[in-house]
This record gives sequence, structure tokens and C-alpha cells, in this order.
Amino acid sequence: MAKLDVLVLTLCVVAIAAVSLPSSLAFQSDKLLVEDEEFGLEGIPSGSRSEVPQPSPPTTATTRRGYSDSDSDSDSKVQFPLEHAFGDSDFTPAGSFSARIKTWSRSPQKLIMPRFSRNGFTAEEKAKFQKLIEEDDFYKIRVPSNILSPPGREFVVSSVKARCLLRDNLEEYFSIHADGLNILAVDYGSPKTCPYPRQAKLPGKWTFTSHAVFKSAKLAERRPIFAEESLIGDNGEAEVVKPPERSFWAKYWMYLIPLGLIVMNAMTQAMNMAEDGTGGQGQQGAVRGPAPAATRRR
Amino acid sequence: MAERSFFLFLLLLFLSSAVEFSASIFEDQVGLMDWHQKYIGKVNHAVFHTQKTGRKRVVVSTEENVLASLDLRHGDIFWRHVLGPSDAIEAFDIALGKYVITLSSGGSILRAWNLPDGQMIWESFLKGSRSSKSMLLVQPSVGAEKETVLLAFYGGFLHAVSSIDGEILWRKDLGSESLEIQQIVQPVGIEVVYALGFDGSSQFAAYEINARNGELMKHESVHFSGSFSRENLVVSDGVFVALDASGSILVTVHFQNGEYSLQEMRISSLLGGNFGKAKLLGAKLPHMFALRNDKLTGFLKVTDEGKLETLERINNEVSISDSLSFAEKQRAFALVQHNDNKVEFRVKLGHEWNKDLLQETVNIDPNRGHVENVFINNYIRTDRSYGFRALIVLEDHSLLLVQQGEVVWKREDGLASILDVTTAELPVEKVGVSVSKVEENLHEWLKGHILKLKGTLMLATPEDVATIQGMRLKNSEKSKITRDHNGFRKLLIVLTRSGKVFALHTGDGRIVWSLLLRSLRKSEACTSPTGIRIYPWQIPHHHALDENPSVLVVGRCLPTDSGPGVLSFIDAYAGKEFDSVAPTHSVVQIIPLPFTDALEQRLHLLIDANQRAHLYPRSPEALTIFNREMSNVYWYTVVAENGIIRGYAPKSTSVNEGSDEYCFDPTDLWSIVFPMESEKIVAWVTRKLSEVVHTQAKVIADQDVMYKYISKNLLFVATTSPKGTGEIGSATPDESSLIVYLIDTVTGRILHRMIHKGCQAPVHAVLSENWVVYHYFNLRSHRFEMSVIEIYDQSRADNKDVWKLVIGKHNLTSPVSSYSRPEVKAESQSYFFTHSAKAIAVTSTAKGITSRQLLIGTVGDQVLALDKRYLDPRRKTDPTQAEKEEGLIPLTDSLPIIPQSYVTHALKVEGLRDIITVPAKLESTTLVFSYGVDLFLTRLAPSRTYDSLTEDFSYALLLLTIVVLVGAIFATWILSEKKELREKWR
Repeated sequence: MAKLDVLVLTLCVVAIAAVSLPSSLAFQSDKLLVEDEEFGLEGIPSGSRSEVPQPSPPTTATTRRGYSDSDSDSDSKVQFPLEHAFGDSDFTPAGSFSARIKTWSRSPQKLIMPRFSRNGFTAEEKAKFQKLIEEDDFYKIRVPSNILSPPGREFVVSSVKARCLLRDNLEEYFSIHADGLNILAVDYGSPKTCPYPRQAKLPGKWTFTSHAVFKSAKLAERRPIFAEESLIGDNGEAEVVKPPERSFWAKYWMYLIPLGLIVMNAMTQAMNMAEDGTGGQGQQGAVRGPAPAATRRR
Repeated sequence: MAERSFFLFLLLLFLSSAVEFSASIFEDQVGLMDWHQKYIGKVNHAVFHTQKTGRKRVVVSTEENVLASLDLRHGDIFWRHVLGPSDAIEAFDIALGKYVITLSSGGSILRAWNLPDGQMIWESFLKGSRSSKSMLLVQPSVGAEKETVLLAFYGGFLHAVSSIDGEILWRKDLGSESLEIQQIVQPVGIEVVYALGFDGSSQFAAYEINARNGELMKHESVHFSGSFSRENLVVSDGVFVALDASGSILVTVHFQNGEYSLQEMRISSLLGGNFGKAKLLGAKLPHMFALRNDKLTGFLKVTDEGKLETLERINNEVSISDSLSFAEKQRAFALVQHNDNKVEFRVKLGHEWNKDLLQETVNIDPNRGHVENVFINNYIRTDRSYGFRALIVLEDHSLLLVQQGEVVWKREDGLASILDVTTAELPVEKVGVSVSKVEENLHEWLKGHILKLKGTLMLATPEDVATIQGMRLKNSEKSKITRDHNGFRKLLIVLTRSGKVFALHTGDGRIVWSLLLRSLRKSEACTSPTGIRIYPWQIPHHHALDENPSVLVVGRCLPTDSGPGVLSFIDAYAGKEFDSVAPTHSVVQIIPLPFTDALEQRLHLLIDANQRAHLYPRSPEALTIFNREMSNVYWYTVVAENGIIRGYAPKSTSVNEGSDEYCFDPTDLWSIVFPMESEKIVAWVTRKLSEVVHTQAKVIADQDVMYKYISKNLLFVATTSPKGTGEIGSATPDESSLIVYLIDTVTGRILHRMIHKGCQAPVHAVLSENWVVYHYFNLRSHRFEMSVIEIYDQSRADNKDVWKLVIGKHNLTSPVSSYSRPEVKAESQSYFFTHSAKAIAVTSTAKGITSRQLLIGTVGDQVLALDKRYLDPRRKTDPTQAEKEEGLIPLTDSLPIIPQSYVTHALKVEGLRDIITVPAKLESTTLVFSYGVDLFLTRLAPSRTYDSLTEDFSYALLLLTIVVLVGAIFATWILSEKKELREKWR
């Protein structure tokens, strides 16, 4: 039953999203990319520029969700423009982002589920882009730093060498670092590597494959529970984890070997002594013999 | 039992770790490879002892907030207290001949120090409600009193404080918002305190207060037709002198016997002609005062009838001391004039202007600049007449004692305020270079070694031990002015706040040369010059180019960023300025580029306030090199006030053609905008440009490899909530959090972003290789913490297969581009750390092979060396055997502080500000220089000196052992021969 509810709700959400988006946009694919944190959307707009609405001041629409325990949980939609520039030219509208504002009762608002719809390049823009590739110059984009009151304090600018976007068609990747409803930075570039050395070719199709994803700060990990604490048992006494008991030999071999050698040495000496003792008496007799001879020699 | 054995185990572990990681030294090794120098900073006030017992001393307070007692014979420090950076000494005096009373911290703290040993006797906190001038008045002791009342004015209140215990006897609220008390006077022998000041801009106000109980006896105010400037002075006991706002009218107020009369006088009518805007000199002289404009100094006398008389006009720059009473009611003061290389020192009697009591000419090194301040003291000569000596503070912040026309001693106190440090190699030892002076002959060498041998064999007498120690300390090897094989001897070139550049020898810390920079001296074009940074400019490779290395000093003329910049080029061996650039474009940032021209001059980009890049050196060759490499040049600025980081690249063509071909316009590439309401930038660090990384791969326990993400363009930024930037404890854990960022500065890409909840500034950080370590305060656990982030490159992670490497299917040789999306993995861990930190640095070695140590400047002004292995994010509670072998330390709650690992051992680097590490040529060793008010340099080997024998290795013992062994071989051989013979004869 609960599963069914969620399904119905998800469908509702998708439906609302679809309705609130400009109807003229036809998405090639609405496959959701699973990113490390948020969902991104891949989509290629088609159609000429005239069909696409000019980026307008952000519109928000709030939908109440009935199922939640806390009444303040709500979703609202927001749109904000993206502008682009070729080299040092002025910024002109290039498309618009739409996203959802997730509101929880306790934590601050959060942006989720970005969707980007891009206006197609005009002939003039194509020429400019071509020039950028030839001169190896920068293609720049900017978005407002605050979504609700654009441009906020200032625009957040990002740029990339035009050649990096070149694939068979044009491919771009936005990862938008947001904090609540503020945009801090946009990492803009190609989704993969930037080809080097640069290819002197032009895109086959003047269409963009866009990927967008929201990123928020990771929470610093708390360190795990410590050894000292875990060692203390229920009765409060510290229990020492005993190191695995090694054998007697493993512990003391360095003392035992010399000891053994000494003992062996002593034993052989003792045996020698015993032999010497028996033979010595015989020798004594032998020595006694020449002594008178020495005196005789004098 | 089990408990005890556990503790025993811990102790053993501790001991073994201490043996393994500490850089501790033995007692007799102190001073062998380290040196420590104590300074006090620029003296701004000095009081001589007058009591019999302390005639040989002088107490001084300095701009570095130091209170010190100096020996008048040698200039040594008897005692010294370094007060905190926010605790500046406003005024101080000696009370009862045995206490030094200081008023500090904006006037709110009154302290008494014992004169002979500098111990603090008491401390008193004054309370005030308004901001006001703070003043201290100590009555000169007349007889052998036991107690005196100190008067301190702070925050609109006059406090009377007992000199015995600092108890506040009474306090009197003086006036309202508009009232500004400027002077507190108590004429000798009268129980009335006069508080004089201004009420509004044109009202002179005077309060007479009973000195016994603080009752207000009289309040008087006199109206002045003009408006007062804030310059004023009390001349003798009954005359108040002030200037009007335009500096052209002199106002005198006579306030003796309860009557107040105000007189105005045009300065031009007194000092003649067109005197211009005058300034009142602060020296306290008997019945007279001095006025100065741009060129002239005029002396005026206040007669008994209250008239003003002009005494003299002096054209040269002159410094005047306060007056000094000596003998019976005689008062004298000193005038010091600077003429070329000579300083004229004159002592005049208070009541007789025309007669000089003393006139001397002193030769002072012109490299010290002009005289800034002078303090005089008298003594009794052998012929029972009065002699005078003076303490002179010079432009380069040095302190000189002048007596009998000679400089008795000098202190280089400019070194207490170092702004930046760089190093230069010493010249190579050549055949022609005479080093014989420091070389000793063979006989002495042998004698030394025999003594050492005796020491090793414990045969030495106490005198021998002393000789050995002395020899080791004075080892001539370390103080030679030539390059050594191990690279221990270098020149430390330091830029100080006075604009003087010093070259210090790393061997013994002596000054090799010093230079007061002409371009950093006050002039009409440059009103308040300050140095910013110092950079190596030219490092000639000694085989290819026979030229001296040089350094670049960058300064600016105004304290603000937009002030015009000043460049100066100095020969690092000769200590001479060979070139300078007069005030030019502003300088906000200096970027040394990794390119050099044919003369091995390093290319530098100087960024001005408009973010334009100026290329130096200005030569066509440099321009060619730069144009070739321009597409790879990027820079960024951190605007902490606005919370914005911006990235730029130079534009290929200058917009205004032909104007300046060495100037490049910027093009904005990226920006990161932090939300002002929740984040404020508190710290940012980058990698050191000269850092060397030995290997990109890190082999971990199970023969696995991790690739470090190594980029020169990594920037670490820490932000906290605006509340978290205040003092510790000013925010609750819920109000403050710390967010850290790792940013690629070419693309502005945020590689890692992490939030520490409940943490706050101050943040100190160091970035090296692929890791960053930062120190901050954790509000939840009420402790300081240190965290580490290590960042690894995942795109190269699958290059582990040997077969792939053999076949060549790897991407290790593919070019790395910042524009590619990097796959990085960051690991982090946090540890508690007991101390707060003043600075963090990391050791750097020549090839980067040696393991690294973190150097932490602690709150006690010491430097602690901590092995980087303690700050490893991979530490676990129970590492496996393989991980233990790798060197992974079991995880602990907090970082250990091992007493033996203090690099500074028993010494303190007072007022520690920064720690610099310089690699030696020997891979195992690095030089560590830490500076603040004091300087300290030592040599450090983080993994022990594995590549050389220690200096105190006894070659004689080795030789003796060999000789003994050879001897023994012969002896035994002979013995065995004999025995064999005997055997044969048997």
C-alpha cells in the first residue's frame, strides 16, 4: 500500500514537472543519471531559438505534499537563466535551469533535480564558436549567485577552452555547488577528458548534450569509537586484550641458544678435564725424567 | 594487575614512539646547529632608573608590545615581557623607584612590575564607558614614601590607584560625550589634580579634582574663537599650549591659582615669515616647547609673566628628548641633529638656552637613517661633574647608547619585525678566496680530536669537557662565508618593517650585511612606505654564469592596496641596491613565474589593483618568453572582505596598443561567490612553489598503489559563519560551522567541499603534496582540532596491472589538463590537539624523499615537530599486520605531544609569527627558521640523518680502534709465533 502511494506521488511529481516546463521542449531522453549526490538530467533541446522562451525572472510554484508527517515539508520549483559569452564578448542568454527547492521543517532549503534546457546556437553564435576553436579561446558561462533574487550579489562565472566541449557533437557538464538557494560555483567543462593536442575539427552536429548535477558540502566524518573506550567493560574495569601467547621457545630463543652453547662448551671442557686428569699423571712422570738431564747440561 | 600491565604497555609504546619519531637532542648539543636571538623591537619610550641600586639599567617599551629592562653597559636584556598583539603599552613609568607601572590594552589594564626581576606585582582592570585618550600620571617620589597614588585616565574616567596593591581608591566620571580630556596634571606638592581638555571643538574645559577623594572642586571652561586641533601640551605646571585646527594659531591657557586666561598668537608673528602649518612636538621641556613645520623647528619659551619668547629656529631635522632633572632643581634636555654621516648631540640647561652643557659629535653609520627618538640620562663623572648619555632610536629601529661622543653599544632591533624571508646560496669556495682566517692548523685539529676522544672514553677532566663544548660551539666550519657540501650554510635575507634588509648567516646568525633601502625611505613621492615581500630575483648557476645572485624587494607607498608600488633589486653578496623602480603602478599580488631569461633572472608578474598584469624584468627577451607561455598563465585573487575568489588569464592582445607592451589586461575566467550571510573567508593557503614531490604513487599495505593528486594549482580555502570569526566562545555550536574547500585555480573547480559543524576560526592550514592539514576550534567538544584531507587521483588508479604497463596500455604518460574533469577521491580525518596554533609549516627537503613533519608554532611560542604519519586519514583502530608494517599508527582520539619533539627545546621564540623551512642539499636535512620578536634557526632531520655521519662522530675513536685492532693483530701474531716456536722446541 505504501509502495503504491509513493509510486502515485512520483508520477504526480513528474507530471507537475513536465507541465511546468516549457511545453515546446522535447527531450531526447529523460534518463536520470545517478550521481554521487543528486540526480542530473541529460537532455538535448531541439528547435530553433525563437521557439524557446527567453529566460524570465524566476518563477516558483509551490505544491503541497499531503502524505508527509510534518506539514512544512514542501517542494517548489524554480527557474534561473544561464548566459554565455564567446571570448571577451558580452554575455547573452543561452538557456535556463529549472530545479526543485526541497524544504524540510528543520534543515534549510535545498536545491534538487536540476534540468537544463539550452537554446540552440544561432548562425552568428556558431561562427563565434568556430572562431573560439580556431583561436583556442574561452567559452564562458554565468549563472546568478542567488536563485530567488538574480543575479544575487554577483554572477558566478565559469569558463572552459572551447575545444574541450568538442566531441561528435557538443558535450557539456555542469556541476553546480549550491548552499541552500545560493550558488557558490559552477564547475563547467566536458564530462570526460579535455582532448590534447587540440583537434582542428568542427562539431558534426551543433547540438549540446548537457549534464547537470547539484553538489552540496559533505559532512566531515566523525571519528569512530575508540579503542580505549571499547576496552572498558561493563563493570568499569579495563580489560586488556592479551596478545596471542607465543611459545616459550619463540620468546626466549635468543637467550636459550647461547645458554645451550655455553652448556655444551662446559660439558666438553669437563669431559676434556676428565681426560686430562687421567693423562696428566702419566705426563708428570714423563716430565720428571728430563729435569735432571737439564741440570746435567749446565 | 591487568590494568598495570596495560599502562606499562602504554608507557613502553610511548617511549618507543618517542625514540622513533622525536627530533630531540641532548643537553650538550644545544647551540651546535641552532641559534636563538632575542630582540625587543623599536623603542618608543624609555625610563632610566634613578634609584641608586638600578642606575645601570633602563626600562623600555616598544612597538612590538615588549616591556624590557636593559643593561646600560652592554645593552643586554635583564628581563623582558612580550605582551599580546592586542595589549599595546600606552604609557609606563617608574613608581617609588621599585615598580614599573604600565598602562596597556588601550588603557584598560594597569600593571605593576617589580623593577629588579620583572615579576608582576599586581594587575588592575579599569572600567570606562567611552572611547578616550588614555593617560598615566605617576608622581615622582620625593622622599622615602611607602605608597603613592597613581592616576590613570581611561574611558572618560579618572582612576586613582594605590601603588601597593593596585586597588582603585576612587574614580571620577569626567564629562559628557563631547568632552575630550587631553591632559592630566598634578603640580608637585599640591593636592589638586587638573584635568584639561576640550569640550566640543572650540571650548577649553578644565576640572580641578581633589587628589585625596576625587571630589570635583571646580569646573571652568573658556571659549576660543577658532577650533582646536588635537595637538596640545602642558608646559611647566601652569601653562596649557594648543594649536588651532589650521595649525597657524597658537593658544596658551594659564591655569595657575584657579584662574584661567586664554591667549591667542599667530605663529608667523612668533617664528617669522611664512611658517605654514605647524605641529607641536611632544617633548616635555621646562618652560618651553617646540613647533615644527616641513622644514623648520622653532623653540619658544614661556616667561614667568606668561609671555612667549622665540629662542631659536633650527633648519635641520632635530630630535628632542624630554627634560631630565639632575642636581639641585636643574633641568636639562638633549637635542640631536643629523648632519650627513654625523650626529650632533647637544645637552642644554633648562633655564639657559644659549649655553650648551655638552656638545658632542658622534659618527653613526649612514645606513641607519636619521634619528627618530632620543632619551637622556645623567651620571657622575670621575671628576664629580655631571655627564650625560643618550639612548638613540634610529630610522632602522636600532637602538644605540651614546656616551662621550662614542657609540657604546647598539642593538639591531629592526630584526624584531620581520616581514618576509628568502634565502640565497653562498659563493663557491675558490682557490683565490681566502678562507684561511677561519681555518685552523693541523696541530689544533689533532688536539681537538684527541680531546674529543678523551671525552668519549670518559677520561676527560671537567676543564677538558668545557673546552670540548666550547670548541663544538665555536666550530669554525659552520660560520664560513662559502658554500658547503651539505648546503647547511646559506644567507637568510630578511625584509623588516623599517625598510631595512638584513642578510643573516644560517651557521651562527650573524649579520653579514644590512641595507636600509633608499626606495623604502620616507620621501615626498612616497609618504608612508612599507615593504611587502622579498623574492629571489636572479639565481645564477655557478658553473655557467659568474654573477652574484640578487633579490627583489617589493613595497608600496601607502598602506592601502591601491598605493603606488616600489621595487628594489639588491645584490645578495655585496648587499648593495643595484636598481630600483620609482613609485609606479600599485602592487596587490606578486607571482614568480617558472621561467628565467638568459641571465637567469626569474620572470615575475605583478598584479595591480585593476587586476592588470605587469611583467618584470622589462626586457624584450622576457616578453618573448612570456608571449610564448602566455596561454598557460592563470592567476586568481581572494577578496576576503567580499567573499569572492576570481580567476583570471592575461589577454593575448593589449587593448590600448602601444601604450605599455609589458602590461596585460586580464580576462575574467571564473568566480566563486560565497554567500555573505553564511560564509566568510578566514584562511587560504597554496602549495609552496619550490616544493619537490618525490613520487606520485603511494604504496599501501596490500601491495596496492594509490596515485596522489598532485597539482601546483591547488588552493585551500576555509570559511566560517560570520559569527564564527569572533573570539572562541562568542558563538554557540549551532551558530558556527567551518567549511573547507579544495579549489583548482585554473578552472575554479571545487574538487572537495566539506563542512565541519560546530567549529570556528581561527584556522591555520598548510598544503603540501596532495594533502592539507588545518587547525581550528571545535565548539562542541571545547577543544582545538586538527584535520587532514588527502586527495587521490582515481583516473590513474587502474594503472596497477603490470601487464598493462608492459604492453604500454596505460595513461601514465598522457598529458594532464586542468580542463579535464578529474576523478578525485578525498579522504579525511580529524584529531584533537591540545594547543592553539600560531603558525603551521611543513618540512621541505631537497628531493622530497624524506618523510615530512609538521611544524606547529604553539601558544607558548615554541615550535613543535609532529610527524605527518599521525595525521594520516587512513589510521584505524586496529590496523592489520601489513598496515602496521607500512607504518600506519593505530587511531587515537588526539594527537600526541611528545615533550622531546619541541624543535625549540628549552627556548622560546617570543611573539612567534611564522615558520619557514628551507631544504639543505643533504636530502635528510632541512633548515627551520622561525621568527617573531625573537629569531630561531635550527637544522632538522625528520627521518634522522640517514645519509651522513653526525658532526660529533669521533673520527679519532675510529682511527684509534683501527690502530688498536692492527696492533692486536700483530701482538697476537707475534705471541702465536712464539708459542708455536716453543711448541716446536718441546
